[in-house]
Amino acid sequence: MKKLGRSLKYVYLGFMLLFLYLPIIYLIVFSFNDFTTGSGRRISYSNLGKWNGCTLANYGTVFSGDAGSSLLLTLEIALVSSVIATVIGTAAAIGINSMRKRPRNVVVNVSQLPMVNPDLVTGITFMMLFAFVNGLLSKIGFQISDFAKLLIAHISFSIPYVIFSVLPRLKQSSDLLYEAALDLGCSPIQALLKAVIPDIMPGISSGFIMALTMSLDDFVVSYFVADRIQPLSVYIYSNTAHGAKGVNPALATIIFIPLVSMLLIVNLRRLAKEREYEIQNKKVKMKK
Amino acid sequence: MKRKYFAYPYIVWMILFIVVPMFFIFYYAFNVDGTWTFRKCWETLTDGQKWRVLLMSVEIAFGTTAICLLLGYPIAYILSNMKKTVAGFISVLFFVPMWMNFVLRTYAWRAILEYALPDMLGFKTTLTGTVGAVLMVLVYDFLPFMVMPLYNTLSKLDKSLLEASRDLGADGKKTFFRVVLPLSVPGIVSGVTMVFVPAITAFTVPALIGNGNYNLYGNEIEQAFKVLAGKGDYSIGSTMSIILLICVLISTAVMNHFDNDKEGGSIL
Repeated sequence: MKKLGRSLKYVYLGFMLLFLYLPIIYLIVFSFNDFTTGSGRRISYSNLGKWNGCTLANYGTVFSGDAGSSLLLTLEIALVSSVIATVIGTAAAIGINSMRKRPRNVVVNVSQLPMVNPDLVTGITFMMLFAFVNGLLSKIGFQISDFAKLLIAHISFSIPYVIFSVLPRLKQSSDLLYEAALDLGCSPIQALLKAVIPDIMPGISSGFIMALTMSLDDFVVSYFVADRIQPLSVYIYSNTAHGAKGVNPALATIIFIPLVSMLLIVNLRRLAKEREYEIQNKKVKMKK
Repeated sequence: MKRKYFAYPYIVWMILFIVVPMFFIFYYAFNVDGTWTFRKCWETLTDGQKWRVLLMSVEIAFGTTAICLLLGYPIAYILSNMKKTVAGFISVLFFVPMWMNFVLRTYAWRAILEYALPDMLGFKTTLTGTVGAVLMVLVYDFLPFMVMPLYNTLSKLDKSLLEASRDLGADGKKTFFRVVLPLSVPGIVSGVTMVFVPAITAFTVPALIGNGNYNLYGNEIEQAFKVLAGKGDYSIGSTMSIILLICVLISTAVMNHFDNDKEGGSIL
């Protein structure tokens, strides 16, 4: 009976994992499909359900058209915005941590706003802001470019995630560290760079990863903010919604395989470390 | 130099790009072409069609949240009872799909529901454009957001409490409903908020899966902005956004209240 219950659990988990991976597997399988139709050898991705035979041609054309530049844009925005967000956010967290209680609460509460706000609202507020500012700037013949708009929007919604992963670390680390560094002859900047920052590094790096993830995953904000250039998610949406021609499924494999292998390697490493630690703990206990 | 000065660049940024943009919603709701007016706003508020869409969106978001909770709780519970190393690995498997852009995954679902599944089952019609399909893909998109907080809460649960409950004579069922479930309320609350709010505003899934038959409130807002924006008319969209924000505020307040209540109860 107990065995049955246990295998039932694994069946349930397996079933749920299948549900989560089904569309990804589907795209990867169909990335090997032959999409040429008719006599004109035209490629149409709209029949993403009819198997016409195996080919690697989709991988040859994966970066053709706008797909390549969209992917590049997504990566650029993600990297630049998360680096800037990490710098501003970390400095902000250090500042907030040494503020008095009342102003600190105000800043912390306002910072939570982008995290609870629906993406849709964030997107349209930025759209209206930039439309308003560009309206004013057009009088002096200047416009904010789409790239700058995307960058500002992505930095803004990423900063709170950095702040809230650095703040807990700062609370754990002691204020004395900074003062000790000052007493030992460091300038305030040196004290921060050499004593405080290394101490809160895990928080900073997890904040950076969060910012990167939020930026890579974003669709809604970019969709409203950018007019002329398209990050990958907007490219995919505009090519699939409302009866458009579809997207090369090979794109899914190109994105997914490196991502999964990176994530699995990182996590397996961490698990191996934990396991080692566990075994050592057991040994220590046995010795006692 | 005081350390609090380090926050100043961020505070300037915060005012410029978090606080000021929020004001634009209120500004444009009551300002059409540079003149202050309640007319557009009132038109939107008295448009019965928009309220019907809002009601349907709330219903669908409710359904999505309930199904996510029913499917996600067992996942989190099973994971939390596994050996830590195994659970760590399997939980990673659950969160990996989140890293692939959800527009791409939704697109794949459309292909499956339009061609593959009907072919396999021998249906003559496609499965897209039904409320069931929209609901299923919404559940698909938000399930990890439910599992994550639940798993975090359940795996931190003090296992000695369960032993104590067993020792005091409660069977497995009673232990679950009287001990585990009440203690996991914080996880449930954050899971529900993480699913419910984005589910009301989801507009990609109805557009890609619902074939436009099941436009939700998010779609209405998107249409209002994308179609009318060229004409400089932000009023309708802004008014609808304010209504949406009020809905979000109410649901967050209700959930927080629920959380506090239970916490008070468990102390007693």
